[in-house]
Amino acid sequence: MSTVLGLYNYWVVIILMMTGFYIVISSGNLIKKVIGLNIFQTSVFLLYITIGKRAGGTAPILVDHGSESYTNPLPSVLILTAIVVGVATTSVALALIVRIREAYGTVEEDDIRAMDGAE
Amino acid sequence: MEAQLPILQILIPLLAAPICVVLRRRVPVLTFAIAVSWATFGVAVMLLQRVLAGGTLSYALGGWAPPWGIELRVDPLTGFVLMFVSLIGAVTLTYAPRSLEREIPDDRLHLFVAAFLLCLTGLLGIVVTGDMFNVFVFLEISALSSYVLIALGADRRALTAAFQYLVLGTIGATFILIGIGLLYMMTGTLNMQDMATRLPEVMGTRTVLAGLGFLSIGLFIKMALFPLHGWLPNAYTFAPSAVTAFLAATATKVSVYVTLRFTFTVSNVEMDFGASDLGTIMITLSLAGILVASTVAIFQRDVKRLLAYSSVAQIGYMVLGISFASVTGVTATIVHLFNHALTKGGLFLAMGCFAFVLGGVQLKHLRGVGKTMPFTTFAWVLGGLSLVGVPATAGFVSKVYLIRAALEAGVWPVAAMILLSSLLALVYVWRVVEVAYFQAPPEDAPRREAPLSMQLATWALIGAAIVFGLWTSASAGIAERAARVLLGVGA
Repeated sequence: MSTVLGLYNYWVVIILMMTGFYIVISSGNLIKKVIGLNIFQTSVFLLYITIGKRAGGTAPILVDHGSESYTNPLPSVLILTAIVVGVATTSVALALIVRIREAYGTVEEDDIRAMDGAE
Repeated sequence: MEAQLPILQILIPLLAAPICVVLRRRVPVLTFAIAVSWATFGVAVMLLQRVLAGGTLSYALGGWAPPWGIELRVDPLTGFVLMFVSLIGAVTLTYAPRSLEREIPDDRLHLFVAAFLLCLTGLLGIVVTGDMFNVFVFLEISALSSYVLIALGADRRALTAAFQYLVLGTIGATFILIGIGLLYMMTGTLNMQDMATRLPEVMGTRTVLAGLGFLSIGLFIKMALFPLHGWLPNAYTFAPSAVTAFLAATATKVSVYVTLRFTFTVSNVEMDFGASDLGTIMITLSLAGILVASTVAIFQRDVKRLLAYSSVAQIGYMVLGISFASVTGVTATIVHLFNHALTKGGLFLAMGCFAFVLGGVQLKHLRGVGKTMPFTTFAWVLGGLSLVGVPATAGFVSKVYLIRAALEAGVWPVAAMILLSSLLALVYVWRVVEVAYFQAPPEDAPRREAPLSMQLATWALIGAAIVFGLWTSASAGIAERAARVLLGVGA
């Protein structure tokens, strides 16, 4: 019971991670690849936040003198940084896709490969 | 001032990048950026001197004492890697202005320089930090700026190469992030020294093993260890010449440095190699990589791509050294980081000279180039000899240490395979030599050399590869000290 339902968050993390990873590998459309990459990264954000959470714990800012149990703020802070990194990665990826579209006229990997092979 | 050196190492290029964007105009931007890159090298040399004289330096960022605050930590290995990464950065940036004339329009140059300095910041940051999460952040700073730099190549295939690298690089970095998260979950700390003391208690647990597994795979992708090297050949082939030289000499080496750091400083060697068989995996993958990539290199027609596959093989040598987990093996890895950075950096700079004059670097463009561009070609040949590992070149020193490590470990077949791979390297270097010296140049071949600044930079690195092939006490001596400190067997 506790291993299946109690670890609910971790199951969600694993499902999201595999979904995102699968989209990155299987999809030929560059935009879809970026979306897959985003889902993949988001699952890791959830993993970190889950690590810091304590059942029944309050927000760390509301604690007086450590009498109550509270959620570890450090993983959340780390993930704020990782979210910024994720946004930056996505924007660079989308900018690259715009340039690829200008240069090749398509965002499908198969078409691009065919055009490169012809050169 | 002197106490602030570790932070200045990152701060100088980091602050210079936005200043370059503001300066905008070609001459001030280039003058400023080149001065900054040499100043960064100066800081690195001072740090290395201080570490060699006085032992490990620790710097508490913002005055927050470790393990709570972020610690910057400089030991001999850190100092050595900082020194050559910033050296390559300064040399390639000095080389870049003339080389980029054909590749990047003048009104975009300041953005290129800013991205270059950010990439340098990221690489130096990865090396200098003593905090696990900080490694991830700097890794992404250097990776994001290197995607931009690669995409600036003149060929449109540079764009797809950069995108492919972005996807694989992000997966690699995310794996590293997962690994760090799982280790944090079990130890409750992100400081490397602190984690090293807490990890043994929880070592056999599945969470820690999974964390180390994620970390290793992520790093293998980042360093392009065979068979996870898919992003590397295209990225190196289509990036602008100066960028290829810079990344080939530094980016993958820094990932090898992180592997050294995580393997020996953070997690204990014996447990790591005994419990998880990581050593066996690394030996197998590196030997396969050395042989397969060297063989693939022989069949390339584009010389930049040939050198890129050779880089995959050279990463194999470095990982092989780590997998022995002995002082000699780790010394081989560290000294090869340095020697290969000089050699491959010099070779790619020479490729940039060829591309500048001849307009292409396919084998057919290089016909008879030994007669039309004798100086550059001679530099290339010396670099090629160092790649093969001919005595009196830097490459020889690395191979000697690596073979000694293999014999110490009692695995003579591995030593034999190292020798065999040198023969393969000789074949691919010879293919270029043959075309360059024994074929007649085409009638309309340009009979001039590349601009002086480009040739000087090329010769600086190739010359250093020869100097450190003869003056081995400097490079190998520091490498051995670094290895001893790293393995904790007395300095």
